[in-house]
Amino acid sequence: MTMEPILNYLPALLHGAWFTIFVTFLAMVLGSVLGAVLALMQISNSRVAKAIARSYTSLIRGLPLLIQILYIYFGLPLLLGVRIPAIVAGTIAMTLFTGAMLSEIFRAGIESVDRGQTEAGRSIGFTYWSTMRLIVFPQAVWRMIPALANQFSITLKDTSLLSVIGVAELTMSGQTIYSMNFDTVRVLTMVGIIYFLIFLIVERLSFALERRISR
Amino acid sequence: MIEAKAVTKEFGALSVLKGVNLKVDKKDVVCIIGPSGSGKSTFLRCLNRLEEPTGGEVLFDGVDILDSKYPVDRLRQRMGMVFQHFNLFPHMSVLDNITLGPVRLRKMSRAAAEELAHGLLAKVGLADKSHVRPDRLSGGQKQRVAIARALAMEPEAMLFDEPTSALDPEMVKEVLEVIRSLVREGMTMAIVTHEMSFAREVGDRIAFMDGGVIAEESAPADFFANPRSPRAREFLSKVL
Ligand SMILES: Nc1ncnc2c1ncn2[C@@H]1O[C@H](COP(=O)(O)OP(=O)(O)OP(=O)(O)O)[C@@H](O)[C@H]1O
Ligand SMILES: [Mg+2]
Repeated sequence: MTMEPILNYLPALLHGAWFTIFVTFLAMVLGSVLGAVLALMQISNSRVAKAIARSYTSLIRGLPLLIQILYIYFGLPLLLGVRIPAIVAGTIAMTLFTGAMLSEIFRAGIESVDRGQTEAGRSIGFTYWSTMRLIVFPQAVWRMIPALANQFSITLKDTSLLSVIGVAELTMSGQTIYSMNFDTVRVLTMVGIIYFLIFLIVERLSFALERRISR
Repeated sequence: MIEAKAVTKEFGALSVLKGVNLKVDKKDVVCIIGPSGSGKSTFLRCLNRLEEPTGGEVLFDGVDILDSKYPVDRLRQRMGMVFQHFNLFPHMSVLDNITLGPVRLRKMSRAAAEELAHGLLAKVGLADKSHVRPDRLSGGQKQRVAIARALAMEPEAMLFDEPTSALDPEMVKEVLEVIRSLVREGMTMAIVTHEMSFAREVGDRIAFMDGGVIAEESAPADFFANPRSPRAREFLSKVL
């Protein structure tokens, strides 16, 4: 068997990589909204809101992501009565998962801000939420950057699980190629390199941001 | 102006305040002293409801501030507080620390608030520090900024919780000097402090707190010359 030049694989793999980045990015952005809501529920005074947020988060953290993905993919159509494309189901599942993780990051970030900051804000006469908005959140955000970058890399890698429902992301694109020509190791190596490059870019970005802040 | 009546505070099973009575009249300076853990900070924080008392009454200008409908955020604008650990906002310049309240709560224009802030910084001796970040300041400078920040709300009374306890000895003086200037201006103040000579100098009255009650309250000269309660005597023999 003659080996194909590996660069021939690149277009298909880059196409898959684009799906991977797209899903990761959407899951991070939408997950941030979900995570922020969950975190606010957790720091609110409402017992009910707290309980809901906590139950949701622990459920997501307690179930294998693969099960969640399959659940959304097969369960949601039953609930809605319409078929949904794998990429949509996959993005929803990744968002629900990432949102739960991010809510913990947000909460920890908020709680890492010294209590004296809240007290100083309140003692001036700011309401609880004004104090959060003007004093606590701005300090918390910067501290979250390493954890956010970390979550990005987790979400990025876990999108590979979407291959089981047939989303043509990076891993799936690789599988498609080597299931036909059996050039498994070289294809996987390329797939790995692409994942790692995406990760490196985000890691650099996060370092650069951190450095800017600690100036 | 501020009156606490039988204020109690429990943290779970721990009873920290066991019925504290204290009156701070307009332009009065009351210094609260006492051993560690006696409830001084907790009591002070009950006066602006940073801590919710479990029982009793706190009156501000004769109005019960513990009423659930009382606008507590507005109350805090009228009663400044200075903390042991300064609690400056590290993500803002000194100037922004001071103008935040006036701009957001007193609805002052930015220009007017900055003018006010510059005036206050000059008053606390830090006119040249308006654009630095708090982490560039020494402890004494931080505390003076914190005082300026509280004063920027033009409060009717000030609460101090051990304003010099976290400072190196050489910085204590500069902070006490600022508080002295407030005394001269007739600011109504409750000051928790371990600086006995300062309490004696500026206090109109000394409230000695022990075990969650005010065990003794008298004029400074009386208190330091002949403390009545055995606990106060014991305390003074240790700290003087
Ligand atoms: N939030 C809290 N939860 C539980 N216990 C508390 C809380 N705040 C204070 N306490 C307890 O209440 C008691 C009185 O504390 P407080 O800080 O009022 O004392 P203090 O007189 O200010 O002491 P110090 O001179 O050390 O500042 C202490 O035993 C303390 O552990
Ligand atoms: Mg204290």
